[in-house]
Amino acid sequence: MASEAKEGGSELVFHPMDQFIVKPLFGDGPVGTFTITNVTLWLALAVIAVGALMVLGSSGRATIPSRMQSIAELAYGFVRKMVEDVAGKDALPFFPYIMTLFMFIVMANFLGLVPMSFTTTSHFAVTVVLAMLVFLTVTIVGFVKNGAAFLGLFWVSSAPLALRPILAIIEVISYFVRPVSHSIRLAGNLMAGHAVIKVFAGFAAIAAVSPISVLAITAMYGLEVLVSFIQAYVFTILTCVYLKDALHPSH
Amino acid sequence: MATATNGDTAGTCVVDGSAVGMPQLCFDWWGNQIFWLAIALIATFFILSRIALPRIAAVLAERQGTITNDLAAAEDLKAKAVEAEEAYNKALADARAEAQNIIAAAKAEIKAELDDATAKADAEIAAKAAEGEKAIAEIRANALESVKDVAKDTAKELVSAMGGKADARSITSAVTARLKG
Repeated sequence: MASEAKEGGSELVFHPMDQFIVKPLFGDGPVGTFTITNVTLWLALAVIAVGALMVLGSSGRATIPSRMQSIAELAYGFVRKMVEDVAGKDALPFFPYIMTLFMFIVMANFLGLVPMSFTTTSHFAVTVVLAMLVFLTVTIVGFVKNGAAFLGLFWVSSAPLALRPILAIIEVISYFVRPVSHSIRLAGNLMAGHAVIKVFAGFAAIAAVSPISVLAITAMYGLEVLVSFIQAYVFTILTCVYLKDALHPSH
Repeated sequence: MATATNGDTAGTCVVDGSAVGMPQLCFDWWGNQIFWLAIALIATFFILSRIALPRIAAVLAERQGTITNDLAAAEDLKAKAVEAEEAYNKALADARAEAQNIIAAAKAEIKAELDDATAKADAEIAAKAAEGEKAIAEIRANALESVKDVAKDTAKELVSAMGGKADARSITSAVTARLKG
């Protein structure tokens, strides 16, 4: 990914992917499973941020909420309404789980926008785990709640009989592709945006181009703020949609 | 893609401090990321489900309760206000009716008093008139008597002045006859 160019004596160097390198926080050793790395730091910060917003923010328990409490209540109401509207009332036991996903992703995304930070959700390792958790939850819940009737999800009973086997194959494939698209959508969006910002930043080395470069970075940053929230929202609402399939598998 | 760490900084994924290919696909790091992610998710889940969510749910329920109570109280107060207005209107109507009664009673009383006074005055006037008439009659009688006396005296004097001699009895009868005449 690194490219070089000579321009007016200054070297144009692009390292847009270096921001995603995992490295140990202390020392220079290899990255083992339990090594404390920049991943650890930014994941911990995300957890602390979620805790600060949701626990400290609501610590006043005020009937007339403070600003922080308003945001916490807004997040609560937002996700709760989403679960209720999309997945139905019987999905409410899963509300803490979905809330965890949403709050974690949204906080990790926004922390990734802090300059010099490490964006944990731009890594497939993270999003694949999140998506597989959802996939496994949905599959297990589907079979536990509906038994073999859950397979009715793949048997489109409203289609003509001759088409049903073909549709069943398509449905099965699409079901198993879900975790892939679910995880790559989130990580891909964030990685692309952050890499583009880095590329624009690389151009800032040329004095003549730097104002445009700064403008472009600003615009990209604004877009990334949107993307951070929207991708968290998309991940969460898709989780709700999949959960609805598990609870009410009939087409 | 890298398959093993060879002891240096970050295996084959990083050469000379910059990434080779996509760091996202460097599977040397997946174990580390997944391990810490699991801890972060579990921590977030417990923070939210044990502390934050019940607390926010309680706050929201309490607010809903407060709003419902306040609305009920407002409804109550409104009903009370309507009641008070009705009571006020009733009191006003009562007071008006009473005022009418009092005015009527006062009027009747005044009329009775007035009638009484008029009757008394009439009676007094009648009595006075009778008295006056009586006095006039008396005076008239007295005057007649006096006329008789004067006529008698004058007749006597006239008779005597003419050189006649008249006895009192004949003069009196003559005068009386004349007066009757």
